[in-house]
Amino acid sequence: MHKIARRMAAALALCVATTAGMAIAATDTGAKSRSTADHSKFEELAGPFDSGEAVTRACLKCHTEASHQIMQTRHWTWEYANPATGQRLGKKTMVNAFCIGDQSNEPFCQSCHIGYGWKDKHFDFSDGNKVDCLACHNTGEYAKPFGFAGNPVTVRSEYPPGSGKFVEPIDLAKIAQAVGRTRRDNCGACHYYGGGGDGVKHGDLDSSLNTATHELDVHMNKDGLNFSCSDCHVSDQHAVAGSRISMTATDPHPALLRGEKSERNPAACQACHGDKPHKESLLAAERLNAHTDSLACQSCHIPAFARGGVSTKMAWDWSQAGQLTAEGKPFQKKDDHGHVIYDSKKGSFVHGQNVTPAYQWFNGEVTYTLQDDTIDPTTRVPINVFHGAPGAPNARIWPVKVFHGRQPYDTERKTLLVPNVAVPGDTAFWYNFDWPKALAAGAEATGAPYSGKYGFVDTQMLWPITHMVAPKEKAVGCQECHADGGRLAGIEGVYLPGRDRSVWLDRLGWLAALAALLGVTLHAIARVITHLRKED
Amino acid sequence: MSHATPMKRIYVFKRYERFWHWAQAALVIVMLVTGFEIHGSYNNLGFERAVDLHTLSAWTLLALWAFTIFWQFTTGEWRQYIPTASKLVAMARYYLFGIFTGAPHPYHKTALKKHNPLQRLAYLALLALVSPIIWGSGLLYLFYAYWGGLGLDRWLSLEQVATVHTAGAFMMLVFVIAHVYLTTTGHTVFAHIKAMITGWDEVEDDAPRATTKPR
Repeated sequence: MHKIARRMAAALALCVATTAGMAIAATDTGAKSRSTADHSKFEELAGPFDSGEAVTRACLKCHTEASHQIMQTRHWTWEYANPATGQRLGKKTMVNAFCIGDQSNEPFCQSCHIGYGWKDKHFDFSDGNKVDCLACHNTGEYAKPFGFAGNPVTVRSEYPPGSGKFVEPIDLAKIAQAVGRTRRDNCGACHYYGGGGDGVKHGDLDSSLNTATHELDVHMNKDGLNFSCSDCHVSDQHAVAGSRISMTATDPHPALLRGEKSERNPAACQACHGDKPHKESLLAAERLNAHTDSLACQSCHIPAFARGGVSTKMAWDWSQAGQLTAEGKPFQKKDDHGHVIYDSKKGSFVHGQNVTPAYQWFNGEVTYTLQDDTIDPTTRVPINVFHGAPGAPNARIWPVKVFHGRQPYDTERKTLLVPNVAVPGDTAFWYNFDWPKALAAGAEATGAPYSGKYGFVDTQMLWPITHMVAPKEKAVGCQECHADGGRLAGIEGVYLPGRDRSVWLDRLGWLAALAALLGVTLHAIARVITHLRKED
Repeated sequence: MSHATPMKRIYVFKRYERFWHWAQAALVIVMLVTGFEIHGSYNNLGFERAVDLHTLSAWTLLALWAFTIFWQFTTGEWRQYIPTASKLVAMARYYLFGIFTGAPHPYHKTALKKHNPLQRLAYLALLALVSPIIWGSGLLYLFYAYWGGLGLDRWLSLEQVATVHTAGAFMMLVFVIAHVYLTTTGHTVFAHIKAMITGWDEVEDDAPRATTKPR
């Protein structure tokens, strides 16, 4: 077991190094800071700092309200009561079909919490000094390695303990003096890597966006508009607009004027482009703009996701996890492209690149299967459901990534289970490959009752596709939907010329045409025969 | 066929009329071909180009009709389309029987009465029945984007409009088949087509009178 732990640690260290490397390698906008302050001249930031909290205390001396603002947001609470559905959501308690759940894995997962020290349920959410300003405002070289509960490492540390592997410290003063506005790789450090790796979860968010080309994303194109995430996801007092937990599926309004006060979501395409953005020839009679009554912008303008050369996971089967070599060691299998398709720690995967999305009606309302919801294990369990009636005025046809999971559940109580996987110890699946222990530890952390009997159930999780906007010449062509068996095959609520037609009218019409053709042919033959007879 | 009677040449179709006919014929064929592609019957140009060409042809034909209606009324040619019951049965009987036995054509074409009673009826039906179906549904189809603003979306669905438009297209298709075939029923197989190209037709000279090219 000890050897396994060492291997895990090595893999982990590599993982951390890669993540940190990404942050450093990411390109800056190249433009001079627009700030009126040079943080390197602030005495408060001279350092040295022995912890992240020490940096935060310095930040808060000037930015007096920042921590209070942050602490109101989901970035801090990982909790959200959806007013539309009443469901208590947020990463803190939600179950997904990837790494499944946060609880019992906090020291590992909270690398992506914008706070310091959330290692279990006793974390103090009211302590403003624990807010991690640097996670979003660093301009490079900052890292929150897995296993340290969201803390940066300021002294050389062995991880996992006793493994002989060490994480090197970073200089917080240097990082603090260079802070700036949020950039793509700040957001991406977590939002690209959700689910345990680059591009794994979303499909439309991965590190290729840091150096996006025009082809990949017209807004983020590094040689063009070079948008940061916050150019669309505008923040107000640290509350960032736009979320997949409850979405803006329709926004049938003209573009917002600069400075216009509005309750509308600034991250929606329409906030800048309006709902009738196509400049069309007279001949087209506003045909494309009429499409916005039934289609989300994304449906045509994001022809495929995972287009930047980074693959996304399309399926993950946890039931295969835990196979070991003859020597009892975990192993990995890779496909021809170098993608891991099997990992003893996690199970088997299906990857996808340039994936054509699936499409469905969506009104922005999402409901989730939570830990205490009863599931029907005889069918594929929806981890989340995107609501919206076909043809409803408040819904549009949206592109989605359909992800298929297979994950543990309580076979008696019919509930999804959260395993303890990532924190070095006797119960963690990645270290002992023992499902009963991992699931019992997970259940204990979540507080959910657990019968002790488990199995694996097929699940499905949907992801809205809304990034990686292609150049307009690469938008989905008419024929990809206006045809039999096209992208929108099976989508109800719209009459789609080229796909839909009256079968009886077609039969009648072609029969009439055939009858006419047959009639004139017979008539012609009769004329020829009678003519020839006369000649005789 | 019967060449016993002396023939004479008359100028039946004026230059504008011939231009109108052939331009219209080409446009109708283009619209049938592209229309059934938009309908999803086959894949030829691709949906987008089919729609563009279909729409362009429709506007071109509308413009052509604007000129033609003007022409019909200024020249008085519109009278050619007034239906008549006289010799209607005789014409039908000719196509059903007489044409096989070499019976004389019951209708004598002149420059002032260039269409036989069946033709008049067919063209009138095309104008009064098929055209409104096609143009009404077609323009509604084309201007679908404006339905909401006009309040039409409460009364109409795209499916209804598309279905009516397709029905009109099938009617037009049947007309084209019959029409093309009937051009072969002149005194020679290509006589009618030749007349529609040159303007001159040969008719039986049973009532000789001076024929001069009308100005």
